[in-house]
Amino acid sequence: MDAESLLLSLELASGSGQGLSPDRRASLLTSLMLVKRDYRFDRVLFWGRILGLVGDYYIAQGLSEDQLAPRKTLYSLNCMEWSLLPPATEEMVAQTSVVKGRFMGDPSHEYEHTEVQKTNEGEKVFEEDVVVQIKEETRLVSVIDQIDKAVAVIPRGALFKTPFGPVHVNRTFEGLSLSEAKKLSSYFHFREPVQLKNKTLLEKADLDPSLDFLDSLEHDIPKGLIHLQAEASGAVEEKAKWQRGQTAPGLQDTGDYSSNRGPGACRWREATLWWCCAACSGQASPSSMLPAPRTVAISTWEPARRT
Amino acid sequence: MEDLTSSKQEKANQDPGEAERPWEEVAAFSQGPESGLSEPLELEQGPDTGPKRRGSPPQSPESRASTPLDDLAGPGTSSPPSLPQEGSYTPSPPALARQDLAAPWQSDKTTSVNPEAGTPQDHHLEQSDKGEPTASQTCQSEGITFRQSQQTKHHLYGPEDVNHNNSKQKELRFNVFQEEDSNSNHDLDRAEPGASEVAPSMLEIAIQSAKAYLLKTSSKSGLNLYDHLSDMLTKVLDERPEDAVDIIESISQDVKMEHFRKKLDTLQNENEMLPTYEIAEKQRALFLQGNLEGADQELEDEIAENALPNVMESAFYFEQAGVGLGTDETYRIFLALKQLTDTHPIQRCRFWGKILGLEMNYIVAEVEFREGEDEENVEEEEVTEERDDADSEADEDDEDELPRNFYKTPQAIPKEENRTGANKYVYFVCNEPGRPWVKLPSVTPGQIVTARKIKKFFTGRLDTPIISYPPFPGNESNYLRAQIARISAGTHVSPLGFYQFGEEEGEEEEEVEGRRDSFEENPDFEGIQVIDLVESLSNWVHHVQHILSQGRCNWFNPIQKSEEEEEEEDEEKEEEKGEETDYIEQEVGPPLLTPISEDLEIQNIPPWTTRLSSNLIPQYAIAVLRSNLWPGAYAFSNGKKFENFYIGWGHKYSPDNYTPPALPPVCQEYPSGSEITEMDDPTVEEEQAFRAAQEAVVFPTEENEETEDDEEEEDDYDQE
Repeated sequence: MDAESLLLSLELASGSGQGLSPDRRASLLTSLMLVKRDYRFDRVLFWGRILGLVGDYYIAQGLSEDQLAPRKTLYSLNCMEWSLLPPATEEMVAQTSVVKGRFMGDPSHEYEHTEVQKTNEGEKVFEEDVVVQIKEETRLVSVIDQIDKAVAVIPRGALFKTPFGPVHVNRTFEGLSLSEAKKLSSYFHFREPVQLKNKTLLEKADLDPSLDFLDSLEHDIPKGLIHLQAEASGAVEEKAKWQRGQTAPGLQDTGDYSSNRGPGACRWREATLWWCCAACSGQASPSSMLPAPRTVAISTWEPARRT
Repeated sequence: MEDLTSSKQEKANQDPGEAERPWEEVAAFSQGPESGLSEPLELEQGPDTGPKRRGSPPQSPESRASTPLDDLAGPGTSSPPSLPQEGSYTPSPPALARQDLAAPWQSDKTTSVNPEAGTPQDHHLEQSDKGEPTASQTCQSEGITFRQSQQTKHHLYGPEDVNHNNSKQKELRFNVFQEEDSNSNHDLDRAEPGASEVAPSMLEIAIQSAKAYLLKTSSKSGLNLYDHLSDMLTKVLDERPEDAVDIIESISQDVKMEHFRKKLDTLQNENEMLPTYEIAEKQRALFLQGNLEGADQELEDEIAENALPNVMESAFYFEQAGVGLGTDETYRIFLALKQLTDTHPIQRCRFWGKILGLEMNYIVAEVEFREGEDEENVEEEEVTEERDDADSEADEDDEDELPRNFYKTPQAIPKEENRTGANKYVYFVCNEPGRPWVKLPSVTPGQIVTARKIKKFFTGRLDTPIISYPPFPGNESNYLRAQIARISAGTHVSPLGFYQFGEEEGEEEEEVEGRRDSFEENPDFEGIQVIDLVESLSNWVHHVQHILSQGRCNWFNPIQKSEEEEEEEDEEKEEEKGEETDYIEQEVGPPLLTPISEDLEIQNIPPWTTRLSSNLIPQYAIAVLRSNLWPGAYAFSNGKKFENFYIGWGHKYSPDNYTPPALPPVCQEYPSGSEITEMDDPTVEEEQAFRAAQEAVVFPTEENEETEDDEEEEDDYDQE
């Protein structure tokens, strides 16, 4: 959620029970302002919170002029002092996918993972146990990246693509109507489009190039990962769950989840200019940061899909 | 011109119908004349009424049919049998009406009938012969000759029909009125049946010409005075204004204005009915309930105040902790809880928490009924259970004929009584504040045991079936109740010393079961320093009983019971049973009010995390306890007060992915004996050895005597 409309976004996202205590709220409002100045961000989004056993991570993201450009991610333990995180690489993701369990809340904490490495020397095969040290900071980076890719969501029309390429916030966007808000096709993944390139020309024919330049949630596989839920307050909230156990035939089981409440993402009616930022970060809004389950989901999600 | 004539013909065909309109009206064929009469209009109205016109051709034969003197009429009279048909011929009400008419006429004045009935026929002829001239004449209105006048007279009714069409639902009253008016004409006609063509009276002619004049269409507006007047009168009679005569001018104006008003279209945009409206409507009742109580408010308050928790206060503390619903939602829940305590005999009520679902969420209220109030429900439930048992027994009887199943379902462990163990409290849930509260069924040990093995998302609909392996006994409401029981047992904690064991009951129970399961508030509790609460988990204790792996809080010995039952039956069986089932060691859970520091770790993850709500102002901060085992379970304490709260998906945390247990081996309950097991095929050596052995048995007796036979036999054997 946009740092500037943080309080409103928090209120809208409160239905999941996750919120910020008053002192956190106040300090975020202050410190994010400074972050914006120091890092010269166009917008600062409060991404959310990852609960740890010892401490909690508060995450913020800075956007440049082009909304879709790579974002810079910062974290803080006390909501005042922010540190920049490196961008996620595939190597990081692969490396941290073996880590299970909760975050500690200490970025320098090192997880130990023993791997069995096979080395061939001539005809003999040696098996060695290699202990891999994984820093929690690395894990934090990769988890944030995966959450972003999986459940960062904006409503259709919130951003528009200019003919020159950059993506801007659509200031005329007033939210979705109810009938649209109820449809998954009205929401886009807020990330570089992946599936869009695979579409045929025929499928693309109806798309508006300035609005439909992102992947729609509608075609996510497997289905049912994201549920829309209307709240009395007028906010449509989204719930994303990552479902595992697809391989168990005939058995319905659900795995861990990450909840994605895009207060802005889905907020229709309450037109706030910056709701869309709220949207994208709303996904990661405090609610979504039920820490451990989500991380577990991440670590196991990939393998599950491969099968 | 041809169009004209044809329509003219139709008009003429209808004339008889019109002539009988008075009767029609009497016979309440209110629609009939309109539809029938509308046809002449078509001349003037154009294609709009086209479809109706189609109805007219059948009318002509009918009209013929209704004329007994077809012979006179000549052409087109070939269908007398249609008279009976007409009865069933509903689409052309005029015809029906005609029929009605025809009957009286025929009976009353036989002489007159013929000519009278012949009239339409004549028209027919007329139309066929000189349809064109008449048509043109009538169209140009005022008839001079009688024939013309008659035509016009019939024509006269056309415009009336316009009225009928335009103001479709005019009251019968007016129609009658109108009819009376027109009746006069017809009466005249009838007065001199068939003579209308011969000698019309002057009066009639005058009337007709006057009417024709009134019907003259204005070249400017396309209206005519006759319609206008009748419209006006209709309006006056419909609305019955006071002093109509004074406002007749404005009525006249209104009537004219109506022609310019847009007709109401049946296709209208439906207003979007947001679900939020519905909820707002329901929640409105919550806000109004305080006002409605009225006189006996004081009495109710005495009870309700005790029961109703101060949700807002707890919400305030939880907000310090960074959890909790927004103030707005909390307040609505507060109101909903008030509604619950007002409408049920509730001793104590607590906002338990919120369970998130995929489609809707559950708001859960934990409730303790006043003594003796909930017993009725209990009995009902027991009855249903008994029925279930009976059913299952019946099923078993049926199955006796099938292969015997040796699998014995382990004896179901009875559920705990209300007010004890896992069923200590009753839980009510609703999806949103304002929606009705639904009482959850009490939980059975089986449900808890199965719920521990599965992991499902809640949908928000209580009747959703839980499809899982192992199969869950019940639907989502049972699953929800089981999860609530588990979460309560795992995460409801209080500061050490807040509760103490009840002295009287405690002793008794200790004797019986060696455990205490009741406690009461400690009146001497002085509070614990917040810092102490944060720093040491041993200052927190569980105040909800641990649920054993059996699914009950108080251990139930299944063997003991089975023995008791079987003593009545057979001693032998009892012994067998005793041998079969090993002695089950009594499960013992941690006693009540055990410090949470003794809780088990989850794979090196501590089960609880404690925090101070604010590091900036620690003096006034509160202690916050977060469960790592049940993400979403929180407790706070400011030293003296405490509260537990759960908001989450109702899933227990596990570092590993959930995997359903493997399916058991198939048909384990059928012992595999020799008669079932497939045998290996004998090898060649074995066959030969077998043959040798057989021969050895046969030969000693019949040695050498019948070797040849033997050989033959062997051959046979081989062949076989």
